[in-house]
Amino acid sequence: MLLIPCPFCGEREESEFHQGGEAHIERPKNPDKLSDAEWADYLFLRDNKKGLYLERWVHRHGCRRWFNVARDTATNEIKTVYKMGAKPPRGLTKGRAK
Amino acid sequence: MVDPYLRQSPLAHLHLDARAANDADLVGAGLRLSERAHLGMINVRGVAADPAFAPAFKKATGVELPTAANTTAGKADGVHAIWLGPDEWLVITPPGREHALADKLRAATKALHAAVTVTGEARTVIRVAGANARDAIAKGCPLDLHPRVFGPGQCGQTILGRADMLIHQTALDRKSGAPSYDVFVLRSFAEYAWTWLEDAGREYGVQVVAAKG
Amino acid sequence: MSQVNRLPDGGRIDRDQSLAFTFNGRRLTGYAGDTVASALLANGVRIVGRSFKYHRPRGIVGAGPEEPNALLQLETGGRALPNQQATRVELYDGLSADSVNCWPGPDFDLMSGIGLFHRLTPAGFYYKTFMWPASFWKYYEHVIRRAAGLGRAPTAPDPDHYDKMNAHCDVLVVGGGPAGLAAAAAAAASGARVILADDQPELGGRLLSERAEIDGGPAMDWAAAAEAAIAGTEDAIVLKRTTAFGYYDHNFVGLIEQRGAILPDGGDRSRQRIWRVRAKQVVLATGAIERPLIFADNDRPGVMLAGAVRSYVNRYGVAPGKRVAVFTNNDDAYRTALDLADAGVAVAVAAVVDVRHDPSGDLVTQAMARGIEIVDGAAVTGVQGSRGVRGIEVMGLNEAGDGVTGAARDIECDVICSSGGWNPAIHLHSHAGGKATFDAERGIFLPGETLQAATSAGAAAGTFDLAGCVDGGAEAGKAAAAQAGYKKSPRRKNPKIATEDEAPLRLIWTVPTTAPTGRRGKHFLDQAHDVTAADVQLAAREGYRSIEHAKRYTTLGMAPDQGKTGNIPGMAVLGQALGVDNVGDVGTTTFRPPFTPVTLGALAGRDVGPLMDPVRMTPIHHWHELAGCTWEDVGQWKRPWYYPKDGEDMHTAVSRECKAVRDAVGILDASTLGKIDIQGPDAAEFLNRVYTNAWTKLGNGRCRYGLMLGEDGMIMDDGVTTRLADDHFVMTTTTGNAASVLEWLEEWLQTEWPELKVFCTSVTEQWANATICGPRARDLLAECTDIALDAESFPFMSMQDATVAGIPARIFRISFTGELSYEINVPASCGLSLWTALINAGDKYGITPYGTETMHVLRAEKGYIIVGQETDGTTTPQDLGMDWIVSAKKDFIGRRSFAREDNQRDDRKQLVGLLTDDPSTVLPEGAQITETRLERPPPGSTVPMIGHVTSSYHSPNLGRSFALALVKRGRERIGENVYLPLDGGVARAEVTGPVFVDPEGSRIDG
Repeated sequence: MLLIPCPFCGEREESEFHQGGEAHIERPKNPDKLSDAEWADYLFLRDNKKGLYLERWVHRHGCRRWFNVARDTATNEIKTVYKMGAKPPRGLTKGRAK
Repeated sequence: MVDPYLRQSPLAHLHLDARAANDADLVGAGLRLSERAHLGMINVRGVAADPAFAPAFKKATGVELPTAANTTAGKADGVHAIWLGPDEWLVITPPGREHALADKLRAATKALHAAVTVTGEARTVIRVAGANARDAIAKGCPLDLHPRVFGPGQCGQTILGRADMLIHQTALDRKSGAPSYDVFVLRSFAEYAWTWLEDAGREYGVQVVAAKG
Repeated sequence: MSQVNRLPDGGRIDRDQSLAFTFNGRRLTGYAGDTVASALLANGVRIVGRSFKYHRPRGIVGAGPEEPNALLQLETGGRALPNQQATRVELYDGLSADSVNCWPGPDFDLMSGIGLFHRLTPAGFYYKTFMWPASFWKYYEHVIRRAAGLGRAPTAPDPDHYDKMNAHCDVLVVGGGPAGLAAAAAAAASGARVILADDQPELGGRLLSERAEIDGGPAMDWAAAAEAAIAGTEDAIVLKRTTAFGYYDHNFVGLIEQRGAILPDGGDRSRQRIWRVRAKQVVLATGAIERPLIFADNDRPGVMLAGAVRSYVNRYGVAPGKRVAVFTNNDDAYRTALDLADAGVAVAVAAVVDVRHDPSGDLVTQAMARGIEIVDGAAVTGVQGSRGVRGIEVMGLNEAGDGVTGAARDIECDVICSSGGWNPAIHLHSHAGGKATFDAERGIFLPGETLQAATSAGAAAGTFDLAGCVDGGAEAGKAAAAQAGYKKSPRRKNPKIATEDEAPLRLIWTVPTTAPTGRRGKHFLDQAHDVTAADVQLAAREGYRSIEHAKRYTTLGMAPDQGKTGNIPGMAVLGQALGVDNVGDVGTTTFRPPFTPVTLGALAGRDVGPLMDPVRMTPIHHWHELAGCTWEDVGQWKRPWYYPKDGEDMHTAVSRECKAVRDAVGILDASTLGKIDIQGPDAAEFLNRVYTNAWTKLGNGRCRYGLMLGEDGMIMDDGVTTRLADDHFVMTTTTGNAASVLEWLEEWLQTEWPELKVFCTSVTEQWANATICGPRARDLLAECTDIALDAESFPFMSMQDATVAGIPARIFRISFTGELSYEINVPASCGLSLWTALINAGDKYGITPYGTETMHVLRAEKGYIIVGQETDGTTTPQDLGMDWIVSAKKDFIGRRSFAREDNQRDDRKQLVGLLTDDPSTVLPEGAQITETRLERPPPGSTVPMIGHVTSSYHSPNLGRSFALALVKRGRERIGENVYLPLDGGVARAEVTGPVFVDPEGSRIDG
């Protein structure tokens, strides 16, 4: 049971939240320009990484705000949380595998 | 305003007034429960960072906009405002005053990006008090309600058992250390929440008390 | 004679409080303060059960959670608890306990013959024997479970209740022994919020079982003072009879408190409580668990752990035997010999057999001074007596420790106290991702790095001397408080504790005999699961090199005791069998919660009965209840399904309701529909993006149906949205998706389009919705309101504010049945008043309340879809023939996916109607559809399915059955026949269009 520091409400138990998948997946500005494969990549393909992962959470039973979490999937350590639209803090690379 | 005889609180069928009369001598009970029915509630959305927003809010409500997380402003038995999120508040009014106040809020925020929605019908409030109020709630709420971290005037949106709850500590009895909370639940969950609280209070003794409004 | 083994005095039991209990039907007595185990031993009960696989007689081994054998079925009926360790159950008056895994009883067990065939049940026996043929497992399983079963699960409802408590603290201390007490006292003195949890009814931990002294007095006096100091601190919580069973991420620890164990009728108190503790810092003072020496036939009743025997003597005033031998590889076990020697004339120490040559520590010297015989450099090579120890065979042990020398000597004894050293109890540390490091010299795993804000202290950290435990505990408590922000701590005075000098132990993992392991007697590692050293060696020979694999193959450590005594020796035996130099390199298996079993009742807590799942009620709920409706669960909501009149079955009631709506007027409680208030200058643009159709030009006061897709192009939700003002809409959603649609909208607004000036607020429960529907709906409404209701003044798909029956209302002229319909929304508190007013006014029009079933029939007659019924997450608007609602002029969520190859297939399933040949056949929903008639397809052949039935009803308006279905190329097949293989034969149906009633829409204006 994680303890998640909601950037708005403070530390709350995981049961108040809902995980929303990998962070920083932006909706393509012009979907028609994308091939089916590119569109499928946006739609379906997500990293499933061991280690640092940038993901979205929503404080479903609290303030209902979305935010980003940098979490180590192996240890569950939460390195930091940051607001939607913000870039991952320096030193934390994007979760996408090389 | 609607004729009050046409209105029914979601716990009306439990006949809490009769229960309260019946429970009058259970003064030693560790948990005191009552329904604060029909409180007016206005959901307010706005941009806290907009310098015009807080003054507009204050002008309409007479209450300072609570911008710190998990805080409230105003008197718990009068008009008060509860922080719900970085751009969301709940304004509580005595029964029947919500529409007029909502109109004032709309007028005051007309030029701003804001939304004012009357939502009091959607919820009811259960006043939870007594020496074991905190223990009873702690059985189903993961929030730390200890006086070192959660005191009068503080609030939080969290969980009670299997229902969503907005909790507002309205008072702390200095002598006994017993807190009072207003527990806000959605109308459809009212009976669940009430049953849950009565059950949680079993070991402490439960007294149903008449609502003071 | 009762309590034959009870010592004349001593112990922490209350001899004035005699407690009666029964064991396998025998009436026995014990004292308050006893465990069931200590009371059984006091009464001279040797055999408490039969072993799991061989049904060998077994006795009590330990005195705590390490006990492998004494598993009892406690109580009967609803209060029955299977597999309770006798060593952990406090005795109470009237307790009843039975052995498990034996029939008819442990003293004479019919299954014990299995022991004679032990060569047939080696490691992996079940895998090897019952693997083939796989389909037979269902037969084997019954037999195996009966033969090997432990306790029996209760079948009656549990009359007690269980609950949970959330708690938060700065410092959680697990374990109330010397280290834990010192830690909690130090942390509390620093001002931190402390929770101290201990599994025993008294704090003190190991001190309860020892004759130790602190500051020149009994150590328990020190413990009592420490307890008082902690309990006297503001905000400290001391939990006795409370076991920490699991340590989870981010310092979340699960505790289980026994609250009603002494008084089975707990009344308003819960019997057990789970504490969900979130701690800033955790101090693990969980102590250590003694491990036995693994010698031949070490499972005979009377072979016990040396430390456990000390517990029985010192804490419970019980000497488990009359003539006791000690077999050890360390100095600590000499304490047992000394305590027994001092216990009086009732018990004698036969000898101490020590695997070490010339042992020399202080305790050894004391034993010698008492005249206790010490047989050094020696091994126990055999145990006499199968139903109870009668003696041991002792031989010399060679230098390497792998063979015996010299002549055998028999020593008469009835109890063997075995000690192979103590393992730090690192279970909790390990639960939460903590590493273990191996101390090769002592042969123990120590807590290593941890992911949690935790420290281990005392014996749990490998510190076994009392002074070290107290000091280490205090330091850990102080440091934890400081870490939690309480940096000022008062000066602490270290108590005076004398420390005996102890010599190192000698690691002997399997005690040799004159024959190879397993040939002469059995060396049990795991008595609970009957796993021997020979089994582990066999597993190694068969290629199991990882302890995790060997564990699962042999089932070592997988019994209810989770191998608390046998895992480390087992790991060492595997290491030796594999020829690993450092047995620590084999590693230990991962400990997982729970540390000790947790009852399902406690895990369920109060989520039982009416509190199992909230029942959401509309404002009109109690009217429906009084009207005798049948309920349908829609998510957590209760919705009226239909309202049977006297003697009506469902079919009759629904037919009556359907007719009433089409012929007169019906009324439906639609309060559960999701409602979202959408405000802001970009509200229309936002709707353009989340719905497939266009919203910009919708006039104020007008309503429009919308279809919401996932980004994959599949239908997610639908509903009618109404424009209240230029910048203000109210959206409706399906009942089940109300919360998820709001979350979906918020997700897009917050994460993708923060530039849009839009706010969404749920108003689902702000409004009650009574929908009146049918040709007389206008007449009825006219009686309750002043506004003009003619089709011109109040056209279809529009909304008006009005007063209805004295209540301010929003009336929506929308229809889910094809009939003239008004959805009247009023403040929720007025819902019941509105409803009763309409019912009263509607009497003369034959108003009929109808439920969800009738709603479904009526909408299906019109071919209106229900999301989740006609759609299943793979359904596009085009599949449903709803291209008309898909805008080609704008982008919206899901649009790009229409162009995906799979969505362009021309053989996609399409929505059609079905009419069976037999008008009385109501097809089952979900029935599969085939192209050709196949009565009995040949075995192994595949029958191509071309679709399935999504909705199917009897329609009183059509006078026959009808169905909606998704069928491949369905629209091309209209007029053709398809087939539906059903249980009773194959049905034939004609494919039709999906609209059965009023395709012209002529009824909508009444």
